[in-house]
Amino acid sequence: MSDHEYTPKSKLGKWFNDRLPLLTLSNHLQEYPTPKNLNYWWTFGGILTFCLITQIITGLILAMHYIASADLAFGSVEHIMRDVNYGWLIRYVHANGASMFFLAVYIHIFRSLYYGSYKSPREVIWIIGMIIYFLMMATAFMGYVLPWGQMSFWGATVITNLFSAIPLVGESITNWLWGGYAVDNPTLIRFYSLHYLFPFLIFGLVILHIWALHVPGNNNPIGIDIKKPSKDTVPFHPYIVVKDLFALLIFLIVFAFFVFYSPNILGHADNYIEANPLVTPAHIVPEWYLLPFYAILRSIPDKLFGVIAMFAAIFVLVILPWLDTSKVRSAIFRPLYKQFYWFLVADVLILGYVGAMPAEGLYLLVARVATAYYFLHFLVILPVLGAKEKTLDVPLSLTEPVFGGSPNEAMLKKKKEI
Amino acid sequence: MEEDKKTNRRDFIFSASYALGAVGVGAAVWPLIDQMNPDASVKALASTEVDVSGVEKGQSITVLWRGKPVFIRRRTEEEIAKAKDVKLEDLPHPETDEERAKNPEWLVMLGVCTHLGCVPLGDKGEYGGWFCPCHGSHYDTSGRIRKGPAPTNMEVPKYEFVNANTIKIG
Repeated sequence: MSDHEYTPKSKLGKWFNDRLPLLTLSNHLQEYPTPKNLNYWWTFGGILTFCLITQIITGLILAMHYIASADLAFGSVEHIMRDVNYGWLIRYVHANGASMFFLAVYIHIFRSLYYGSYKSPREVIWIIGMIIYFLMMATAFMGYVLPWGQMSFWGATVITNLFSAIPLVGESITNWLWGGYAVDNPTLIRFYSLHYLFPFLIFGLVILHIWALHVPGNNNPIGIDIKKPSKDTVPFHPYIVVKDLFALLIFLIVFAFFVFYSPNILGHADNYIEANPLVTPAHIVPEWYLLPFYAILRSIPDKLFGVIAMFAAIFVLVILPWLDTSKVRSAIFRPLYKQFYWFLVADVLILGYVGAMPAEGLYLLVARVATAYYFLHFLVILPVLGAKEKTLDVPLSLTEPVFGGSPNEAMLKKKKEI
Repeated sequence: MEEDKKTNRRDFIFSASYALGAVGVGAAVWPLIDQMNPDASVKALASTEVDVSGVEKGQSITVLWRGKPVFIRRRTEEEIAKAKDVKLEDLPHPETDEERAKNPEWLVMLGVCTHLGCVPLGDKGEYGGWFCPCHGSHYDTSGRIRKGPAPTNMEVPKYEFVNANTIKIG
Protein backbone atom coordinates (compact mmCIF):
# COMPACT_ATOMS: atom_id res chain seq x y z
CA MET A 1 0.00 0.00 0.00
CA SER A 2 2.64 2.49 1.05
CA ASP A 3 4.93 3.94 -1.56
CA HIS A 4 7.86 4.26 0.84
CA GLU A 5 9.15 2.70 4.04
CA TYR A 6 8.02 4.45 7.21
CA THR A 7 9.73 4.26 10.61
CA PRO A 8 8.16 5.90 13.67
CA LYS A 9 10.39 8.42 15.43
CA SER A 10 9.78 7.33 19.04
CA LYS A 11 11.11 4.05 20.46
CA LEU A 12 7.67 3.05 21.77
CA GLY A 13 6.12 3.89 18.40
CA LYS A 14 8.65 1.68 16.65
CA TRP A 15 8.10 -1.17 19.15
CA PHE A 16 4.34 -1.00 18.62
CA ASN A 17 4.54 -0.50 14.85
CA ASP A 18 6.75 -3.58 14.44
CA ARG A 19 3.97 -5.61 16.08
CA LEU A 20 0.94 -3.89 14.54
CA PRO A 21 1.73 -1.39 11.76
CA LEU A 22 -1.06 1.03 12.61
CA LEU A 23 1.34 3.96 12.46
CA THR A 24 2.41 2.93 8.98
CA LEU A 25 -1.26 2.94 7.99
CA SER A 26 -1.81 6.35 9.55
CA ASN A 27 1.29 7.68 7.80
CA HIS A 28 0.05 6.23 4.51
CA LEU A 29 -3.30 7.99 4.95
CA GLN A 30 -1.57 11.31 5.61
CA GLU A 31 0.99 11.14 2.83
CA TYR A 32 -1.31 9.42 0.31
CA PRO A 33 -0.53 11.28 -2.94
CA THR A 34 -3.70 12.80 -4.35
CA PRO A 35 -4.13 14.44 -7.76
CA LYS A 36 -3.95 18.17 -7.19
CA ASN A 37 -6.77 18.96 -9.59
CA LEU A 38 -9.54 17.18 -7.64
CA ASN A 39 -12.65 19.38 -7.65
CA TYR A 40 -15.51 19.56 -5.14
CA TRP A 41 -17.30 16.59 -6.71
CA TRP A 42 -14.51 14.51 -5.16
CA THR A 43 -15.42 15.57 -1.61
CA PHE A 44 -18.47 13.31 -1.47
CA GLY A 45 -16.46 10.25 -0.41
CA GLY A 46 -15.66 11.99 2.86
CA ILE A 47 -19.23 13.28 3.16
CA LEU A 48 -20.54 9.74 2.69
CA THR A 49 -18.25 8.40 5.42
CA PHE A 50 -19.66 11.09 7.70
CA CYS A 51 -23.22 10.09 6.72
CA LEU A 52 -22.58 6.41 7.48
CA ILE A 53 -21.09 7.15 10.89
CA THR A 54 -23.94 9.56 11.72
CA GLN A 55 -26.51 6.90 10.77
CA ILE A 56 -24.77 4.26 12.87
CA ILE A 57 -24.47 6.49 15.97
CA THR A 58 -28.03 7.87 15.83
CA GLY A 59 -29.28 4.37 14.99
CA LEU A 60 -27.57 2.82 18.02
CA ILE A 61 -29.23 5.49 20.16
CA LEU A 62 -32.69 4.96 18.64
CA ALA A 63 -32.28 1.23 19.30
CA MET A 64 -31.97 2.07 23.01
CA HIS A 65 -35.54 3.46 23.00
CA TYR A 66 -37.33 1.69 20.14
CA ILE A 67 -39.36 -1.51 20.66
CA ALA A 68 -39.55 -3.96 17.74
CA SER A 69 -43.08 -5.28 18.21
CA ALA A 70 -46.15 -4.85 16.03
CA ASP A 71 -48.12 -3.70 19.10
CA LEU A 72 -45.54 -1.35 20.58
CA ALA A 73 -43.35 -0.07 17.70
CA PHE A 74 -45.57 2.83 16.64
CA GLY A 75 -46.02 3.99 20.23
CA SER A 76 -42.31 3.67 21.00
CA VAL A 77 -41.47 5.96 18.08
CA GLU A 78 -43.89 8.56 19.45
CA HIS A 79 -42.30 8.01 22.87
CA ILE A 80 -38.93 8.86 21.28
CA MET A 81 -40.42 11.99 19.70
CA ARG A 82 -42.14 13.27 22.86
CA ASP A 83 -40.45 11.86 25.97
CA VAL A 84 -36.82 10.95 25.30
CA ASN A 85 -34.40 13.85 25.85
CA TYR A 86 -33.56 15.18 22.36
CA GLY A 87 -35.28 12.09 20.93
CA TRP A 88 -36.98 14.25 18.29
CA LEU A 89 -33.58 15.54 17.17
CA ILE A 90 -31.94 12.13 17.04
CA ARG A 91 -34.84 10.59 15.12
CA TYR A 92 -35.05 13.48 12.65
CA VAL A 93 -31.28 13.32 12.06
CA HIS A 94 -31.57 9.57 11.44
CA ALA A 95 -34.60 9.82 9.13
CA ASN A 96 -33.34 12.82 7.15
CA GLY A 97 -29.82 11.40 7.38
CA ALA A 98 -30.95 8.52 5.17
CA SER A 99 -32.07 11.02 2.51
CA MET A 100 -28.84 13.00 2.84
CA PHE A 101 -26.89 9.73 2.52
CA PHE A 102 -28.66 8.94 -0.76
CA LEU A 103 -28.31 12.51 -2.03
CA ALA A 104 -24.55 12.25 -1.47
CA VAL A 105 -24.31 8.74 -2.93
CA TYR A 106 -26.14 9.79 -6.12
CA ILE A 107 -23.76 12.73 -6.58
CA HIS A 108 -20.83 10.36 -5.89
CA ILE A 109 -22.09 7.84 -8.47
CA PHE A 110 -22.82 10.47 -11.13
CA ARG A 111 -19.38 12.00 -10.54
CA SER A 112 -17.91 8.58 -11.28
CA LEU A 113 -20.04 8.33 -14.43
CA TYR A 114 -18.92 11.76 -15.68
CA TYR A 115 -15.21 11.30 -15.09
CA GLY A 116 -15.08 7.58 -15.95
CA SER A 117 -13.84 6.59 -12.51
CA TYR A 118 -15.29 3.08 -12.90
CA LYS A 119 -12.92 2.22 -15.76
CA SER A 120 -9.79 0.08 -15.59
CA PRO A 121 -8.00 -0.24 -13.20
CA ARG A 122 -10.81 0.82 -10.82
CA GLU A 123 -13.52 -1.76 -11.67
CA VAL A 124 -13.33 -3.44 -8.26
CA ILE A 125 -13.79 -0.12 -6.45
CA TRP A 126 -16.86 0.46 -8.59
CA ILE A 127 -18.34 -3.00 -8.00
CA ILE A 128 -17.83 -2.76 -4.23
CA GLY A 129 -19.48 0.65 -4.43
CA MET A 130 -22.48 -0.86 -6.22
CA ILE A 131 -22.79 -3.56 -3.54
CA ILE A 132 -22.72 -0.81 -0.91
CA TYR A 133 -25.41 1.07 -2.83
CA PHE A 134 -27.60 -2.04 -3.02
CA LEU A 135 -27.17 -2.72 0.71
CA MET A 136 -27.99 0.93 1.40
CA MET A 137 -31.30 0.57 -0.43
CA ALA A 138 -32.12 -2.63 1.48
CA THR A 139 -31.18 -1.00 4.80
CA ALA A 140 -33.17 2.16 4.10
CA PHE A 141 -36.22 0.13 3.05
CA MET A 142 -36.15 -1.97 6.22
CA GLY A 143 -35.58 1.12 8.35
CA TYR A 144 -38.66 2.72 6.83
CA VAL A 145 -40.70 -0.29 7.95
CA LEU A 146 -39.71 0.02 11.62
CA PRO A 147 -42.01 2.92 12.69
CA TRP A 148 -44.90 0.63 11.72
CA GLY A 149 -47.02 3.36 10.16
CA GLN A 150 -49.30 2.88 7.15
CA MET A 151 -46.50 3.56 4.61
CA SER A 152 -44.17 1.24 6.54
CA PHE A 153 -46.65 -1.58 6.44
CA TRP A 154 -47.80 -1.22 2.86
CA GLY A 155 -44.32 -0.41 1.56
CA ALA A 156 -43.14 -3.66 3.16
CA THR A 157 -46.09 -5.52 1.66
CA VAL A 158 -45.44 -4.22 -1.87
CA ILE A 159 -41.66 -4.73 -1.83
CA THR A 160 -41.76 -8.22 -0.30
CA ASN A 161 -44.46 -9.16 -2.83
CA LEU A 162 -41.90 -8.49 -5.59
CA PHE A 163 -40.46 -11.88 -4.73
CA SER A 164 -43.82 -13.56 -5.33
CA ALA A 165 -43.19 -12.86 -9.03
CA ILE A 166 -40.60 -15.65 -9.09
CA PRO A 167 -42.19 -18.66 -10.84
CA LEU A 168 -43.00 -21.80 -8.78
CA VAL A 169 -41.25 -20.84 -5.51
CA GLY A 170 -42.47 -17.22 -5.28
CA GLU A 171 -45.12 -17.85 -2.67
CA SER A 172 -42.87 -19.99 -0.49
CA ILE A 173 -40.21 -17.27 -0.60
CA THR A 174 -42.60 -14.49 0.45
CA ASN A 175 -43.97 -16.64 3.29
CA TRP A 176 -40.39 -17.30 4.35
CA LEU A 177 -39.59 -13.56 4.26
CA TRP A 178 -42.70 -12.71 6.28
CA GLY A 179 -42.59 -15.56 8.75
CA GLY A 180 -46.31 -15.90 8.13
CA TYR A 181 -48.95 -15.31 5.49
CA ALA A 182 -48.71 -11.51 5.52
CA VAL A 183 -46.41 -8.77 6.79
CA ASP A 184 -46.77 -8.98 10.58
CA ASN A 185 -44.90 -9.05 13.88
CA PRO A 186 -42.28 -11.67 12.81
CA THR A 187 -41.53 -9.58 9.69
CA LEU A 188 -41.02 -6.45 11.78
CA ILE A 189 -38.64 -8.15 14.20
CA ARG A 190 -36.45 -9.71 11.48
CA PHE A 191 -36.34 -6.40 9.58
CA TYR A 192 -35.17 -4.75 12.80
CA SER A 193 -32.43 -7.34 13.25
CA LEU A 194 -31.22 -6.95 9.65
CA HIS A 195 -31.54 -3.16 9.73
CA TYR A 196 -29.14 -3.28 12.67
CA LEU A 197 -26.73 -5.67 10.92
CA PHE A 198 -26.47 -4.17 7.43
CA PRO A 199 -24.81 -0.83 8.35
CA PHE A 200 -21.89 -2.79 9.81
CA LEU A 201 -21.62 -4.80 6.58
CA ILE A 202 -21.62 -1.49 4.71
CA PHE A 203 -18.92 -0.20 7.05
CA GLY A 204 -16.74 -3.22 6.24
CA LEU A 205 -17.33 -2.75 2.51
CA VAL A 206 -16.44 0.95 2.82
CA ILE A 207 -13.04 -0.09 4.20
CA LEU A 208 -12.58 -2.44 1.21
CA HIS A 209 -13.78 0.36 -1.11
CA ILE A 210 -11.10 2.72 0.24
CA TRP A 211 -8.47 -0.01 0.27
CA ALA A 212 -9.20 -0.79 -3.38
CA LEU A 213 -9.07 2.96 -4.11
CA HIS A 214 -5.65 3.32 -2.53
CA VAL A 215 -4.11 0.69 -4.83
CA PRO A 216 -4.35 2.67 -8.10
CA GLY A 217 -5.03 6.02 -6.36
CA ASN A 218 -7.74 8.56 -7.17
CA ASN A 219 -8.99 9.23 -10.65
CA ASN A 220 -9.13 12.96 -11.43
CA PRO A 221 -11.14 15.39 -13.57
CA ILE A 222 -8.72 15.02 -16.48
CA GLY A 223 -9.02 11.26 -16.15
CA ILE A 224 -5.38 10.44 -16.93
CA ASP A 225 -2.94 8.22 -15.06
CA ILE A 226 -0.50 10.34 -13.08
CA LYS A 227 2.95 9.78 -11.63
CA LYS A 228 2.86 9.49 -7.81
CA PRO A 229 4.18 11.33 -5.98
CA SER A 230 5.05 14.11 -8.44
CA LYS A 231 4.28 17.71 -9.27
CA ASP A 232 0.80 16.42 -10.16
CA THR A 233 0.00 15.32 -6.59
CA VAL A 234 -0.46 16.78 -3.12
CA PRO A 235 -0.42 14.83 0.18
CA PHE A 236 -3.89 13.89 1.45
CA HIS A 237 -3.21 15.70 4.70
CA PRO A 238 -3.67 18.64 5.05
CA TYR A 239 -4.74 19.55 1.50
CA ILE A 240 -7.61 17.13 0.87
CA VAL A 241 -8.59 16.87 4.54
CA VAL A 242 -9.24 20.61 4.77
CA LYS A 243 -11.06 20.69 1.44
CA ASP A 244 -13.24 17.72 2.47
CA LEU A 245 -14.02 19.35 5.83
CA PHE A 246 -15.06 22.59 4.15
CA ALA A 247 -17.34 20.70 1.75
CA LEU A 248 -18.76 18.74 4.70
CA LEU A 249 -19.58 22.01 6.46
CA ILE A 250 -21.57 23.23 3.44
CA PHE A 251 -23.29 19.83 3.23
CA LEU A 252 -24.19 20.07 6.93
CA ILE A 253 -25.98 23.37 6.31
CA VAL A 254 -28.29 21.59 3.84
CA PHE A 255 -28.64 18.67 6.27
CA ALA A 256 -29.51 21.03 9.16
CA PHE A 257 -32.05 22.84 7.00
CA PHE A 258 -34.03 19.63 6.56
CA VAL A 259 -33.65 18.51 10.19
CA PHE A 260 -34.63 21.83 11.77
CA TYR A 261 -36.92 23.52 9.23
CA SER A 262 -38.71 20.79 7.29
CA PRO A 263 -38.03 17.45 8.98
CA ASN A 264 -41.07 15.73 7.47
CA ILE A 265 -40.98 17.12 3.94
CA LEU A 266 -39.18 14.04 2.58
CA GLY A 267 -41.45 11.64 4.44
CA HIS A 268 -45.11 10.81 3.91
CA ALA A 269 -47.94 11.99 6.19
CA ASP A 270 -49.58 8.55 6.08
CA ASN A 271 -46.71 7.13 8.09
CA TYR A 272 -48.05 8.97 11.14
CA ILE A 273 -51.08 6.67 11.00
CA GLU A 274 -50.50 3.33 12.73
CA ALA A 275 -50.25 0.29 10.45
CA ASN A 276 -53.64 -1.19 9.60
CA PRO A 277 -53.63 -4.48 7.66
CA LEU A 278 -57.25 -3.87 6.56
CA VAL A 279 -56.83 -0.49 4.82
CA THR A 280 -54.34 0.37 2.07
CA PRO A 281 -53.53 4.11 1.67
CA ALA A 282 -54.86 5.63 -1.58
CA HIS A 283 -51.41 6.23 -3.06
CA ILE A 284 -48.37 4.12 -2.16
CA VAL A 285 -44.99 5.70 -2.88
CA PRO A 286 -41.54 4.65 -1.73
CA GLU A 287 -38.99 7.14 -0.39
CA TRP A 288 -37.72 9.54 -3.06
CA TYR A 289 -34.37 7.80 -3.52
CA LEU A 290 -36.07 4.60 -4.73
CA LEU A 291 -38.49 6.31 -7.13
CA PRO A 292 -36.57 5.78 -10.42
CA PHE A 293 -36.47 2.01 -9.83
CA TYR A 294 -40.12 2.07 -8.76
CA ALA A 295 -40.98 3.79 -12.06
CA ILE A 296 -39.13 1.09 -14.00
CA LEU A 297 -40.99 -1.62 -12.08
CA ARG A 298 -44.37 -0.10 -12.84
CA SER A 299 -43.65 0.68 -16.49
CA ILE A 300 -43.58 -3.02 -17.45
CA PRO A 301 -47.11 -4.47 -17.74
CA ASP A 302 -46.02 -7.91 -16.52
CA LYS A 303 -45.37 -8.87 -12.91
CA LEU A 304 -42.29 -11.04 -13.46
CA PHE A 305 -40.69 -8.88 -16.16
CA GLY A 306 -41.32 -5.72 -14.14
CA VAL A 307 -39.32 -7.17 -11.25
CA ILE A 308 -36.61 -8.41 -13.62
CA ALA A 309 -36.35 -4.95 -15.25
CA MET A 310 -36.02 -3.27 -11.86
CA PHE A 311 -33.19 -5.52 -10.71
CA ALA A 312 -31.60 -5.34 -14.18
CA ALA A 313 -31.52 -1.54 -13.87
CA ILE A 314 -29.17 -1.98 -10.91
CA PHE A 315 -27.22 -4.90 -12.39
CA VAL A 316 -26.49 -2.99 -15.59
CA LEU A 317 -24.54 -0.54 -13.43
CA VAL A 318 -22.44 -3.36 -11.99
CA ILE A 319 -21.22 -4.42 -15.45
CA LEU A 320 -20.77 -0.81 -16.60
CA PRO A 321 -16.93 -1.00 -16.71
CA TRP A 322 -17.28 -3.54 -19.53
CA LEU A 323 -20.14 -1.79 -21.34
CA ASP A 324 -18.26 1.48 -21.69
CA THR A 325 -15.43 0.48 -24.00
CA SER A 326 -13.95 3.95 -24.54
CA LYS A 327 -10.29 4.20 -23.53
CA VAL A 328 -10.67 7.85 -22.52
CA ARG A 329 -12.04 8.24 -19.00
CA SER A 330 -13.14 11.83 -18.50
CA ALA A 331 -16.19 13.25 -20.28
CA ILE A 332 -14.13 16.44 -20.74
CA PHE A 333 -12.43 14.74 -23.71
CA ARG A 334 -15.54 12.91 -24.96
CA PRO A 335 -17.80 15.47 -26.69
CA LEU A 336 -20.55 12.97 -27.54
CA TYR A 337 -20.49 11.07 -24.26
CA LYS A 338 -20.77 14.38 -22.42
CA GLN A 339 -24.13 15.03 -24.11
CA PHE A 340 -25.41 11.51 -23.53
CA TYR A 341 -24.33 11.79 -19.91
CA TRP A 342 -26.67 14.74 -19.40
CA PHE A 343 -29.45 12.89 -21.26
CA LEU A 344 -29.01 10.07 -18.74
CA VAL A 345 -29.14 12.50 -15.79
CA ALA A 346 -32.38 13.97 -17.19
CA ASP A 347 -33.73 10.47 -17.86
CA VAL A 348 -33.17 9.36 -14.25
CA LEU A 349 -34.74 12.56 -12.91
CA ILE A 350 -37.78 12.00 -15.17
CA LEU A 351 -38.03 8.40 -13.95
CA GLY A 352 -37.95 9.69 -10.38
CA TYR A 353 -40.71 12.17 -11.13
CA VAL A 354 -43.06 9.73 -12.84
CA GLY A 355 -42.31 7.20 -10.09
CA ALA A 356 -43.98 9.59 -7.65
CA MET A 357 -47.02 10.06 -9.92
CA PRO A 358 -49.92 7.64 -10.44
CA ALA A 359 -49.11 4.91 -12.99
CA GLU A 360 -51.67 5.94 -15.61
CA GLY A 361 -52.14 7.90 -18.85
CA LEU A 362 -49.29 10.18 -19.88
CA TYR A 363 -47.20 9.37 -16.80
CA LEU A 364 -47.15 5.71 -17.75
CA LEU A 365 -46.16 6.50 -21.33
CA VAL A 366 -43.32 8.77 -20.18
CA ALA A 367 -42.17 6.12 -17.71
CA ARG A 368 -42.02 3.53 -20.50
CA VAL A 369 -40.01 5.77 -22.83
CA ALA A 370 -37.64 6.75 -20.01
CA THR A 371 -37.18 3.10 -18.96
CA ALA A 372 -36.37 2.13 -22.54
CA TYR A 373 -33.87 5.00 -22.82
CA TYR A 374 -32.21 4.03 -19.52
CA PHE A 375 -31.33 0.58 -20.86
CA LEU A 376 -30.55 1.97 -24.32
CA HIS A 377 -27.92 4.26 -22.78
CA PHE A 378 -26.02 1.46 -21.07
CA LEU A 379 -26.55 -1.42 -23.48
CA VAL A 380 -26.36 0.34 -26.89
CA ILE A 381 -25.10 3.92 -26.72
CA LEU A 382 -22.07 3.29 -24.49
CA PRO A 383 -20.64 0.32 -26.49
CA VAL A 384 -21.24 2.17 -29.79
CA LEU A 385 -19.63 5.38 -28.50
CA GLY A 386 -16.59 3.38 -27.37
CA ALA A 387 -16.02 2.35 -30.96
CA LYS A 388 -17.21 5.39 -32.92
CA GLU A 389 -16.61 8.51 -30.79
CA LYS A 390 -13.80 10.86 -31.87
CA THR A 391 -12.23 11.93 -28.59
CA LEU A 392 -10.24 15.10 -27.93
CA ASP A 393 -6.50 15.20 -27.26
CA VAL A 394 -5.65 14.04 -23.73
CA PRO A 395 -2.71 15.78 -21.96
CA LEU A 396 0.27 13.71 -20.78
CA SER A 397 0.17 15.06 -17.23
CA LEU A 398 -1.82 17.54 -15.17
CA THR A 399 0.92 20.17 -15.46
CA GLU A 400 1.96 19.35 -19.05
CA PRO A 401 -0.45 21.77 -20.79
CA VAL A 402 0.98 24.62 -18.65
CA PHE A 403 4.59 23.77 -17.88
CA GLY A 404 5.24 20.70 -20.00
CA GLY A 405 6.27 19.06 -16.73
CA SER A 406 5.96 15.58 -15.15
CA PRO A 407 5.08 13.63 -18.31
CA ASN A 408 3.99 10.13 -17.40
CA GLU A 409 5.61 7.52 -19.61
CA ALA A 410 2.79 5.07 -19.10
CA MET A 411 0.41 7.74 -20.34
CA LEU A 412 2.58 8.42 -23.39
CA LYS A 413 2.39 4.76 -24.34
CA LYS A 414 -1.33 4.63 -23.71
CA LYS A 415 -1.85 7.75 -25.81
CA LYS A 416 -0.22 6.12 -28.80
CA GLU A 417 -2.68 3.25 -28.46
CA ILE A 418 -5.59 5.66 -28.48
CA MET B 1 4.98 43.56 11.06
CA GLU B 2 7.71 42.66 13.47
CA GLU B 3 9.59 39.51 12.60
CA ASP B 4 10.03 38.30 16.19
CA LYS B 5 6.40 38.60 17.24
CA LYS B 6 5.46 35.42 19.12
CA THR B 7 1.88 35.06 17.97
CA ASN B 8 0.75 36.23 14.59
CA ARG B 9 -2.60 36.55 12.90
CA ARG B 10 -2.50 32.97 11.62
CA ASP B 11 -2.05 31.53 15.15
CA PHE B 12 -5.04 33.52 16.27
CA ILE B 13 -7.18 32.25 13.40
CA PHE B 14 -6.14 28.66 14.16
CA SER B 15 -6.99 28.99 17.86
CA ALA B 16 -10.30 30.69 17.13
CA SER B 17 -11.24 27.99 14.58
CA TYR B 18 -10.37 25.14 16.94
CA ALA B 19 -12.27 26.81 19.80
CA LEU B 20 -15.37 27.32 17.65
CA GLY B 21 -15.05 23.77 16.32
CA ALA B 22 -14.88 22.41 19.87
CA VAL B 23 -18.02 24.33 20.86
CA GLY B 24 -19.85 23.03 17.79
CA VAL B 25 -18.82 19.41 18.37
CA GLY B 26 -19.74 19.73 22.06
CA ALA B 27 -23.18 21.09 21.20
CA ALA B 28 -23.72 18.23 18.72
CA VAL B 29 -22.55 15.54 21.14
CA TRP B 30 -24.58 16.71 24.18
CA PRO B 31 -27.97 15.43 22.85
CA LEU B 32 -26.32 12.05 22.19
CA ILE B 33 -25.37 11.83 25.87
CA ASP B 34 -28.43 13.46 27.44
CA GLN B 35 -30.77 11.00 25.69
CA MET B 36 -29.73 8.37 28.24
CA ASN B 37 -30.93 10.49 31.21
CA PRO B 38 -34.42 9.82 32.69
CA ASP B 39 -36.93 10.89 30.04
CA ALA B 40 -40.16 12.85 30.42
CA SER B 41 -42.28 9.71 30.87
CA VAL B 42 -40.04 8.54 33.73
CA LYS B 43 -40.00 11.96 35.40
CA ALA B 44 -43.81 12.04 35.19
CA LEU B 45 -43.91 9.11 37.63
CA ALA B 46 -42.00 11.07 40.28
CA SER B 47 -44.70 10.82 42.99
CA THR B 48 -46.91 8.01 44.28
CA GLU B 49 -49.92 8.13 46.62
CA VAL B 50 -50.37 5.21 49.03
CA ASP B 51 -53.50 4.25 50.98
CA VAL B 52 -52.33 3.11 54.45
CA SER B 53 -55.76 2.69 56.11
CA GLY B 54 -55.37 -1.11 56.25
CA VAL B 55 -52.00 -1.14 58.02
CA GLU B 56 -52.23 -2.24 61.69
CA LYS B 57 -49.70 -1.45 64.38
CA GLY B 58 -46.59 -3.60 64.00
CA GLN B 59 -47.23 -4.17 60.27
CA SER B 60 -45.25 -2.89 57.29
CA ILE B 61 -46.09 -2.57 53.66
CA THR B 62 -43.70 -2.15 50.75
CA VAL B 63 -44.63 0.03 47.80
CA LEU B 64 -42.79 0.82 44.57
CA TRP B 65 -41.72 4.42 43.99
CA ARG B 66 -39.45 5.37 41.05
CA GLY B 67 -38.64 1.70 40.63
CA LYS B 68 -37.42 1.32 44.21
CA PRO B 69 -39.14 -0.28 47.25
CA VAL B 70 -40.38 2.07 49.97
CA PHE B 71 -41.01 0.60 53.46
CA ILE B 72 -44.00 2.06 55.28
CA ARG B 73 -44.11 0.73 58.87
CA ARG B 74 -46.72 1.50 61.50
CA ARG B 75 -44.52 1.12 64.59
CA THR B 76 -45.60 -0.20 68.02
CA GLU B 77 -45.12 1.91 71.18
CA GLU B 78 -42.28 -0.42 72.13
CA GLU B 79 -40.43 0.09 68.82
CA ILE B 80 -40.81 3.87 69.07
CA ALA B 81 -39.50 3.86 72.64
CA LYS B 82 -36.55 1.69 71.60
CA ALA B 83 -35.70 4.03 68.74
CA LYS B 84 -35.88 7.12 70.95
CA ASP B 85 -33.78 5.54 73.69
CA VAL B 86 -30.62 5.26 71.62
CA LYS B 87 -27.79 7.71 72.40
CA LEU B 88 -26.56 9.64 69.36
CA GLU B 89 -22.94 8.73 70.23
CA ASP B 90 -23.74 5.07 69.58
CA LEU B 91 -24.80 5.75 65.98
CA PRO B 92 -22.41 5.53 63.01
CA HIS B 93 -24.68 8.02 61.21
CA PRO B 94 -26.21 10.17 63.97
CA GLU B 95 -29.84 11.09 63.37
CA THR B 96 -32.59 11.36 65.99
CA ASP B 97 -35.78 9.36 65.57
CA GLU B 98 -37.74 12.65 65.48
CA GLU B 99 -35.76 13.74 62.43
CA ARG B 100 -36.60 10.50 60.66
CA ALA B 101 -40.25 10.01 61.57
CA LYS B 102 -42.31 13.23 61.67
CA ASN B 103 -45.27 11.26 62.97
CA PRO B 104 -43.59 8.72 65.30
CA GLU B 105 -46.17 6.06 64.52
CA TRP B 106 -45.22 6.01 60.84
CA LEU B 107 -41.75 5.30 59.52
CA VAL B 108 -41.39 5.86 55.77
CA MET B 109 -38.04 5.12 54.15
CA LEU B 110 -36.42 3.74 51.01
CA GLY B 111 -36.05 -0.02 51.49
CA VAL B 112 -32.62 0.05 49.94
CA CYS B 113 -29.50 -0.90 51.88
CA THR B 114 -27.00 1.96 51.65
CA HIS B 115 -24.17 -0.52 51.17
CA LEU B 116 -24.78 -1.89 47.66
CA GLY B 117 -28.50 -1.54 47.08
CA CYS B 118 -30.07 -4.82 48.26
CA VAL B 119 -33.50 -4.86 49.96
CA PRO B 120 -33.14 -5.52 53.76
CA LEU B 121 -35.45 -8.02 55.52
CA GLY B 122 -37.92 -6.71 58.14
CA ASP B 123 -38.17 -7.81 61.83
CA LYS B 124 -34.65 -9.20 61.66
CA GLY B 125 -31.20 -8.35 62.92
CA GLU B 126 -29.63 -7.67 66.31
CA TYR B 127 -31.47 -4.36 66.79
CA GLY B 128 -35.03 -5.54 66.06
CA GLY B 129 -35.29 -3.53 62.88
CA TRP B 130 -33.97 -4.63 59.50
CA PHE B 131 -31.19 -6.91 58.37
CA CYS B 132 -29.60 -6.94 54.93
CA PRO B 133 -28.86 -10.52 53.84
CA CYS B 134 -26.36 -9.51 51.17
CA HIS B 135 -23.48 -8.36 53.36
CA GLY B 136 -24.89 -8.36 56.90
CA SER B 137 -25.89 -4.78 57.75
CA HIS B 138 -28.08 -4.38 60.85
CA TYR B 139 -30.61 -1.53 61.06
CA ASP B 140 -32.61 -0.50 64.16
CA THR B 141 -36.34 0.23 64.52
CA SER B 142 -35.74 3.69 63.04
CA GLY B 143 -33.92 2.28 60.00
CA ARG B 144 -30.56 3.55 61.24
CA ILE B 145 -27.40 1.60 60.54
CA ARG B 146 -25.98 0.03 63.72
CA LYS B 147 -23.62 -2.68 62.60
CA GLY B 148 -22.16 -3.91 59.30
CA PRO B 149 -20.67 -2.40 56.13
CA ALA B 150 -23.45 0.04 55.17
CA PRO B 151 -22.20 3.66 55.55
CA THR B 152 -25.44 5.54 56.27
CA ASN B 153 -29.00 5.12 57.55
CA MET B 154 -31.69 4.06 55.12
CA GLU B 155 -32.84 7.17 53.25
CA VAL B 156 -36.08 8.92 54.18
CA PRO B 157 -37.72 10.23 50.99
CA LYS B 158 -39.74 13.41 50.74
CA TYR B 159 -43.32 12.49 51.73
CA GLU B 160 -46.44 13.97 53.30
CA PHE B 161 -49.78 12.88 54.71
CA VAL B 162 -52.39 14.07 52.22
CA ASN B 163 -55.04 13.00 54.81
CA ALA B 164 -55.09 10.62 57.76
CA ASN B 165 -55.07 7.54 55.50
CA THR B 166 -53.01 8.61 52.48
CA ILE B 167 -49.27 9.18 52.15
CA LYS B 168 -47.88 10.95 49.08
CA ILE B 169 -44.28 9.95 48.38
CA GLY B 170 -42.14 12.24 46.21
